[in-house]
Amino acid sequence: MTPHAIAPRRRLRTAPHDPNAPAIEAGELSADYGGRAALRDVSFALRAGQRLAVVGPNGAGKSTLLRLIAGLLSPTGGSLLVHGHAPQEHLCVAYVPQRADVDWRFPLRVTDVVLMGRTGRLGALRRPRRGDHELARAALDRVGLTPLASRQISELSGGEQQKMFIARAIAQQAELVLLDEPLAGLDIPAAADVVALFARLGGATLVVALHDLAIAAGHFDLVLLLRQRMIRFGTPNAAFQPEALAEAYGGTVRMVETGNGRLVVQDDDCAKDGV
Amino acid sequence: MLAWIADPLGYAFMIRALVASVLVGGLCAVVGTFVVLRSMAFLGDAIAHSVLPGVATGMLVAGRGDRQTLFWWALGTSVLVALGIGWVSRRERIREETAIGIVFAGTFALGIALLSRVRGFAVDLVHVLFGNVLGVSTGDLILIAAFGGGVLLVILLLYKELLLVSFDPTHARTLRLPVAAYRSLTLVLVAVTVVVSLQVVGLALTLALLVAPPSTAMLFVRRVPGVMALGAAVGAASGVVGLYLSYHFDLASGAAIVLVAIAVFLASLGVTAARRRMHNARS
Repeated sequence: MTPHAIAPRRRLRTAPHDPNAPAIEAGELSADYGGRAALRDVSFALRAGQRLAVVGPNGAGKSTLLRLIAGLLSPTGGSLLVHGHAPQEHLCVAYVPQRADVDWRFPLRVTDVVLMGRTGRLGALRRPRRGDHELARAALDRVGLTPLASRQISELSGGEQQKMFIARAIAQQAELVLLDEPLAGLDIPAAADVVALFARLGGATLVVALHDLAIAAGHFDLVLLLRQRMIRFGTPNAAFQPEALAEAYGGTVRMVETGNGRLVVQDDDCAKDGV
Repeated sequence: MLAWIADPLGYAFMIRALVASVLVGGLCAVVGTFVVLRSMAFLGDAIAHSVLPGVATGMLVAGRGDRQTLFWWALGTSVLVALGIGWVSRRERIREETAIGIVFAGTFALGIALLSRVRGFAVDLVHVLFGNVLGVSTGDLILIAAFGGGVLLVILLLYKELLLVSFDPTHARTLRLPVAAYRSLTLVLVAVTVVVSLQVVGLALTLALLVAPPSTAMLFVRRVPGVMALGAAVGAASGVVGLYLSYHFDLASGAAIVLVAIAVFLASLGVTAARRRMHNARS
């Protein structure tokens, strides 16, 4: 997915990708988080290169699902395979946490963070070489952050922070990129900037936890509507049916077709009455 | 002025003390950079205090005079406690701060209890708590240099892993790094540093040398290697200036060193705050 694909110098104990297996295959997947059920019986499959939006209300298990796919969390039930193997066996998975989870006062420059994406393939005791620096530079260029390469990470705006992490995923040569609410707290132009990058990941499979249903409908091949259980999985048109949205959000959200596209509306009266 | 600088250099013990202070000041700043970045000052202090039972046991076993033996006992205990804290803080059901607090108070009380069985307890306690840099022997210097050098070598070799695990442990896990092992390693590096610093500033004051110089450097420098380098310079200089103040004004040397390091930090904080205000006023 990158112009200068270089072989890892560390002998990695990572699983080879099964070319016939889906990029992600979940079967009746369940998980607990913080001692309570966070996810129940989620089943879906994603082909390599497809883009999946995971949507649902707060606490629906979106982050839990992403952490499972990244191999950061173990399922309590069901099965989950990434390219035919357990998620922990892969180095090609990039997970971008919510921005609030990061200490932005750390004395690092943007390039330093992007270069960190190379750490896994370099192995211990080895310093990044020219090839690694070139990958980092190319990644920064791909997301449009080259002018800010020497900037302190504390000086970045929210959108730039998100782009930096996407660049880190590109430098990592990730084939599966997981973004946890990348648009949270961004204004509309910044969010649009980040969304534009989703198409520039060079064929990587993309899974994004989102709140914005219109962006999910407009920029993704598939949608997983979640509220602890899986409510719908399919194309945006198939998933965002009124009864499915009602089930996910409790009857307060509707998607309306207009001449210029879809519009998400919230029925405030219902919300107030708690119906 | 020249005599003020040259006079102390006439004593061999002062030369040894100066060398020890420079080594320890520099080492503490490099290791302390990780302590500051990961906000684990409390943890560093707990590890420092956990050295006491080791020192006390060493005194009971080998007698008070044998400082080399005390060093090994202190080293063994503090590394064990560091690994213990790392292990406990991985259990999800105990808050890390609580675990650290219990280990902190428990090991310190145990150390005092053991020490009270040693004759001449008060003098020893003062030296362990606040250091005795003027009593540093050539043998001590060799131990300081060897173990300090070892710690720096580990940091140099594993720099990018230690940094990644400090900045973004989640990302480190997706890169399949052994995060727990690297965290424990960081704690062990702090533990060894504390033991190495014992003679110079004592365990009660080591935290200041771990935290103040890198914090000072962070006000001026924007990258981690720079923070380490400038921090080491500030730490070493604090050692030298502190020792001179201690010599001329008859102050406790460990306390003088720490006070200089803290004064430099406060002055830097004032300078940067004033500079920012001027910058804001202009723009």
